[in-house]
This record gives sequence, structure tokens and C-alpha cells, in this order.
Amino acid sequence: MPVTDITTNSDDRSIVVTCDFPAPVSRIWEFWTDPRQLERWFGPPGYPLTVTDHDLRPGGRVTYYMTSPEGQKFGGYWDVRSVEPTSRLAYVDGFADAEGNPAEDMPLGDTVVDFSEHEGGTRVSSTTVYGSAQDLQKVLDMGMAEGLTQAVGQLDEALVADAA
Amino acid sequence: MTTTEEQEDRADALFHALADRTRRDILRRVLAGEHSVSTLARGYDMSFAAVQKHVAVLERAGLVSKRRSGREALASGEVEALRSVASMLTELESVWRGRIARIDDLLAGLADATNDAHHTIDTTDTHHPTQEKE
Repeated sequence: MPVTDITTNSDDRSIVVTCDFPAPVSRIWEFWTDPRQLERWFGPPGYPLTVTDHDLRPGGRVTYYMTSPEGQKFGGYWDVRSVEPTSRLAYVDGFADAEGNPAEDMPLGDTVVDFSEHEGGTRVSSTTVYGSAQDLQKVLDMGMAEGLTQAVGQLDEALVADAA
Repeated sequence: MTTTEEQEDRADALFHALADRTRRDILRRVLAGEHSVSTLARGYDMSFAAVQKHVAVLERAGLVSKRRSGREALASGEVEALRSVASMLTELESVWRGRIARIDDLLAGLADATNDAHHTIDTTDTHHPTQEKE
């Protein structure tokens, strides 16, 4: 298991994820920047993720959608701010419709991901700041966890898998 | 620092409440809609009092609210109560833990079975697995 530290701060609505992986920086960089790799881990279990556009350069946009078990599509995108191979990636994370068009009045997560060599492996530090508590609420309602019901379901699945 | 302590207490209550299979099941049901405690109790192989206790734990964690209707105690999921910034960040934290675990599994070569064949896009600078075989 990777060494993981996750710090959340309610005052500035931020989440900082720090983790160490036993692989070279160039390999870990691919998980974030190769669409095929991103599809394999970014979305929640049971919601396969498909990257539809991948213009990974400053000012470019990466778009994707996740498909729910019921077949409903949830779109999202990254507006890329900077790409410094293989050390830093900065983007603004937002929601989109199923065709990848950014949704209006939807929260944005300002994200900076740092990659560095650490004890023979890679340390990743990802910081996301949300604009308001309401934004954070929408993020959870609309996107990744699809609200608490699903999160609880996943917890159950994980525990069942552990027990098996 | 009081705020942080309150958040810690809240997280303790939340995780304690969710650390039990029956309580998670009850929570799923009441998030879907209001249930009377007696209706809930019929769904489990345990006493009414035991189910009532589980509901009380969920209630203390702010996950469930109860109201009375005649002789019935009706329980429903407290979605609003869960929307404090702290609890939302806790949810996000679990999202990230899942993501990191998936990357780790991929690195360990354990997750090939989850590599679905649903991908349809063709980006110019990414090679396809099929090209390697040729």
C-alpha cells in the first residue's frame, strides 16, 4: 500500500492528498497524463470513465464522462493551466454535460499536482481548492461519490471484498 | 481549535455509526425514503430494541432524523446534516483513498480485470495496445 496522507481544511475548503508510489516518476506521471491510464483509476468503481478529448497543454481541455450502472453519463473536464513534464500539472476541474460541454453555475476545483522522486519511488502531492461550501456540496452531489448512498455502498463492497 | 475538535468528534461519531453493517443497511434504506422503525426492524434478524438502538446511533451521528407519527417513530436520512464542509471533505478523502488504491493495484498488476473494453477514443499521441502486438 502506498503511504498516504490526506489533509482537509474546512477554512479554505481544500484537500491535500500526499501519497508515495513504488514506481518511477515517469510512470506515475502517466497515470495523470495518459488518457488510457487516467480512465483506469480516476472514476469511482462501477462508473467506467471514458476520456473523450485530451488536449493536455496550457489552455487546452481534457473532457471525460463516467457511465453509471444505469447507463447515465456524468461529464467532467479539466481546463489545463500548466503542464511541466514530469513534475507539475495544474488544472481546473469542472462538470460538463454528457457531450463534454462545461456546465454553467457548476463548481470548479483548482488543482495542482506535484510529482517528485522520493526514496526510490514517487511522491505525489495533489491540492484542490473549492470556491465555496456550496461548490463542495455540488461536487459531491453531482460527481464522484454520487452522494452518500453510493459512498456507503462502496464501503460495504470494500469490506465484503476484504472479508472474502 | 474548538472547530477542529468539533470536527474530530463529528468524524468519530460518523465513522462509528458507519462501522456497522446493519447501520449502513438501515442508512441506505432511510436515505431512499422515510421508514418506521418497526418496518425497519422487520427486515433484520434481531429484536426491535436492537434495531431501535442502531437507529439511535445513526441519529446521534447526525445521519438520521426521527419524528413521531401516532404510535410510530419514523426515521429518515439526514442528507442536509451531512453537508457540512468537514463531512464533505471526509467524503472527498474517501474518494481519493479509492483512487490511490486503484493506482497501487494497477502498479501491482492486479487490476487487469477492471480494464474494460469500453474505450472508444483515438487520441493522436497515445498508442493503442493493439499496435504493440503487430
